[in-house]
Amino acid sequence: MTVANISVSETPLVLYTLRRADDALILGHRLSEWCGHAPMLEEDMALANMGLDLLGQARELYSYAAKVEGRGNDEDKFAYLRDVRQYRNLLLLEQPNGDFARTMVRQFFYASFADLYWRAMMRSTDATLAAIAAKSEKESAYHVRHSSEWIVRLGDGTEESHRRAQSAIDELWAFTGEMFSVDDSERALIDAGIAIDPAPLRSQWLKTITGVADEATLALPTNDWMQQGGRSGRHSEHLGHLLSELQSMPRTFPGATW
Amino acid sequence: MVAAVLSDSDLRRRAWEAAAQVVDPEIPVLTIADLGVLREVEVHDGRVEVAITPTYSGCPAMNMIALEIELALERAGIARPTIRTVLSPAWTTDWMSEDGRNKLREYGIAPPQASNSRRALFGEQQVACPQCGSQNTELLSEFGSTSCKALWRCKSCREPFDYFKCH
Repeated sequence: MTVANISVSETPLVLYTLRRADDALILGHRLSEWCGHAPMLEEDMALANMGLDLLGQARELYSYAAKVEGRGNDEDKFAYLRDVRQYRNLLLLEQPNGDFARTMVRQFFYASFADLYWRAMMRSTDATLAAIAAKSEKESAYHVRHSSEWIVRLGDGTEESHRRAQSAIDELWAFTGEMFSVDDSERALIDAGIAIDPAPLRSQWLKTITGVADEATLALPTNDWMQQGGRSGRHSEHLGHLLSELQSMPRTFPGATW
Repeated sequence: MVAAVLSDSDLRRRAWEAAAQVVDPEIPVLTIADLGVLREVEVHDGRVEVAITPTYSGCPAMNMIALEIELALERAGIARPTIRTVLSPAWTTDWMSEDGRNKLREYGIAPPQASNSRRALFGEQQVACPQCGSQNTELLSEFGSTSCKALWRCKSCREPFDYFKCH
């Protein structure tokens, strides 16, 4: 690493926006890792398409965070010149792709949440966040449908696909609680009508995923111990590896253009 | 310099006409006016500002479209226009002109269905084959060659085709 990290002035609104931007960038990058490796051509295109949607959402959110922060950072600097501890994404989204079932379960858990979250955020008193949400919810609606269909196909498929889907659910479940967590920094924004309180969305989320899991003959874990840390920069070891690939060009050739 | 001698309203009209000719690089039969991507053209103190809106958040054609607008305006004698991206209200396929829908169909892409409501998005879809007009078609993949398209197949003429998704 030959380029210094940027420093970020994390006021509540900057931090809130960066957290959502990091979610979209990290999951989008994970999906892009499937490019050329998916089980079939149509699925390869689907994963790349969804990754592109997420990358677009990340760009809009980073640009807005840069504008709010007003210290000369921009979307590229946020993406390429922050280290692991400066990233604020959910732990769920940095988890490795694993097999196809694991990627789909991760997608299903997040998309089902993001769809509810963006729809709620359309009512934010912050006009830019509301506008980004209005675009993103149309995309997340497709992501929910796509991943739900796969969960049913895998769970209610062969013995092997069922086993793999069930094991992905069991392994990723402990990362889902973080989607609904709120800290003091966000609480003030929620009270001001700018940020969205995710806690009330949990019952609807649970209803959605329970319906799909039932149809897929898959069981949701009853264990409710949840792992947290991503929102405050405490990540699993996987994120560092992801970032070393994501950031290798701008770190190696600072300021390169073409 | 042509712009200097035009009134603001003439300049605005000339800029709109030039920008409206720019085509989508992925679907070259459609102009950005057909698509509803071109939102407005404003003139402030003789400087032209063009507002465009992205179809999908990650649409990689937006940079190309902005560049093409700048070139088109320069060719029309309008120097250094500003291109502004607006997110709100969010683009919808409902903004696509009737003319645009017909051009899309003739090009071999099934145009989006009229309503972008969530019911239309999640309900039963009936998409007519742009080649033979048959309603006997099936979805192959929700995600096609670009963000805005899905891949379908006609069971009558057996041709695969792109469908411009409701959005």
